[in-house]
Amino acid sequence: MDFLTLIQILDSTVRLATPLLLACLAGLFSERAGVFDIGLEGKMLAAAFLSAAVAATTGSAWLGLFAGIGASVMMALLHGLASITFRGDQLISGVAINFLAAGLTVVIGQSWFALGGRTPALMGGGRFEEITLPFADALQNVPILGPIYSELISGHSILVYVAMAMVPLSWWVLFRTRFGLRLRAVGENPGAVDTAGVSVVQLRYTAVIICGVLCGLAGSYLATGLAAGFVKDMTAGRGFIALAALIFAKWRPWQALGACLLFGLLEAIGNRYQNIELLGITLPGQFMQALPYILTVVILAGFVGKAIPPRAGGQAYVKER
Amino acid sequence: MNKMPKWADVLLIPAINLFLAFFISGLVILAIGKDPIVAIKTMVQGSFGDSRGLGYTLYYTTNFIFTGLAVAIASHARLFNIGGEGQAAVGGLGVALVCLAVPWPHWTLALPAAIIGGALFGAAWAFIPAYLQAKRGSHIVITTIMFNFIAAALLGYLLVNVLKEPGNMAAETASFPPGAALPTFHEMLAPFGIEFNKHAPANVSFLVAIACLIGFYVLIWKTRLGYAIRAFGQSDTAAVYAGISPAKITIIAMLISGGFAGLMAINNVMGEAERLIMNSVEGAGFIGIAVALMGRNHPVGVFLAALLFGFLYQGGAELALWENIPRELIVVIQGLVILLTGALDNMVRAPIERLFISLNKGDA
Repeated sequence: MDFLTLIQILDSTVRLATPLLLACLAGLFSERAGVFDIGLEGKMLAAAFLSAAVAATTGSAWLGLFAGIGASVMMALLHGLASITFRGDQLISGVAINFLAAGLTVVIGQSWFALGGRTPALMGGGRFEEITLPFADALQNVPILGPIYSELISGHSILVYVAMAMVPLSWWVLFRTRFGLRLRAVGENPGAVDTAGVSVVQLRYTAVIICGVLCGLAGSYLATGLAAGFVKDMTAGRGFIALAALIFAKWRPWQALGACLLFGLLEAIGNRYQNIELLGITLPGQFMQALPYILTVVILAGFVGKAIPPRAGGQAYVKER
Repeated sequence: MNKMPKWADVLLIPAINLFLAFFISGLVILAIGKDPIVAIKTMVQGSFGDSRGLGYTLYYTTNFIFTGLAVAIASHARLFNIGGEGQAAVGGLGVALVCLAVPWPHWTLALPAAIIGGALFGAAWAFIPAYLQAKRGSHIVITTIMFNFIAAALLGYLLVNVLKEPGNMAAETASFPPGAALPTFHEMLAPFGIEFNKHAPANVSFLVAIACLIGFYVLIWKTRLGYAIRAFGQSDTAAVYAGISPAKITIIAMLISGGFAGLMAINNVMGEAERLIMNSVEGAGFIGIAVALMGRNHPVGVFLAALLFGFLYQGGAELALWENIPRELIVVIQGLVILLTGALDNMVRAPIERLFISLNKGDA
């Protein structure tokens, strides 16, 4: 494998890791606040659809992005209503949201565009263009560093850089601000937070809405950055891979970046090569697809460092006990 | 505190939830510019109007009884088995291997063997998440989701690289021998002089599903094991005091759950396709969640809910055919049912409970 191929694979790793990373950080906020979210997939899908639909109609990727975030936040609020206000089962609510998104995107898409659930292909301003960073062209011919800068670091859509910036930002918010401390506390011991006179319900709703915004970014990137338009079920399990990455990262932002890059790399390699020869064994493509899930199960099993979720995760908080 | 009467809990609340789900679905149909009344007429006519429609409805119902029971038995042990999809897919592999292994002379021999194959494979696929939950505390919801994806990849690999017949373009196994073909309702009812549509896929597996419903009832409410499962589900600490091993019950409940999911394959793989194809489960594993929730984990409820979803599935196909409403409308209804009966249950329950309490006060 030559250097340029390596750069290309890493470049596509970054692209493929971006939606995972955004969704993973979305899950991080929600689950750190004690609201389990297996509806990441559905929120991304809803955002992907509405962003592509609005971008196709208006020709503006930015309007699409806002619409996508709006769709995702609506789904997130539904999850909040079910799991915070009505104290329903958070897992079941997540499952329901995945189905609602999978169904509604196609039913509404067919009604609006009559293309079998797809949106029209996005052109020009309907997509997020690739940004060329300063000096990318000038430095192209510098050995080693030139291609790394001009191919790998430069030339992505704005949402890729936003996603990368979200990692330190999430870390700072969660671990260096008062809000972050309270948010993490509400996921570990909501009773203590309540005793301190801070509203558990308000904190959890805030976390769920942040989760919705980030999922909205993830879904919009899928439809208007990575691809050019929405197709049925286009998230294709990415919400669950993001969930896997979250567990893999043990609910921490920097590790989430690592996990998402790893899973993005697996997908990039799987896309490029049908079968991989490794130490004389041929690994089928399907193995690469399954690897994120297998790795997550291994991590969950606790054979390689135990993944312990936030203690109050999955439980509704009942004030009067 | 005097709670509401049992009939309200068992009948009234599911009825209100269902009504709400259909009402919102009706609004969705209106919003996409169609007529909900025409839609429901098309669905009823298409799924119960003739023996062909009925045959399809009961075929889907059979699938959903199996996957619904799979979710229900795990729920009694307070385990959320979301992996019915993967377990049913791997069960399909078991059924296919059994059917292809021997040139079966008659279905009466092939069916019991396929039942064992499907149930064993399904149970085996549930075993690893069950073991990890019981012994290592890994969250079973996450592991079973992961195992759904691993199963899809595994079956994709096997169908493309191992089980595919040389020369066949499609990734599917060879057709099963004729002796493994299960009698359809057409063949079963002909001796009684009842004319049933020849092309409808409902088959003898329906009776196996009914037997499973009865077996489920006996197991859960009439046996020591069923008591242990329910006790563990109610309170694991109390169960430990009663000498029930949590690890053992977790694993056993999940094995039975996976077995039920795997059994579905005798209907869709052996009864209908008569070969193993890609994505043979088609989401039936997930519908099991809605069925068990609606049916409140009771066999009678599971049967009625499975029938409802069988109707929705067949009716949805008719809608796509005649009314140009996408089949995915059914996925919306499914999502609404799960949301309303599962997650938003308290939204309906709390006001009704209050209503009954105030009524009781009036009496006293």
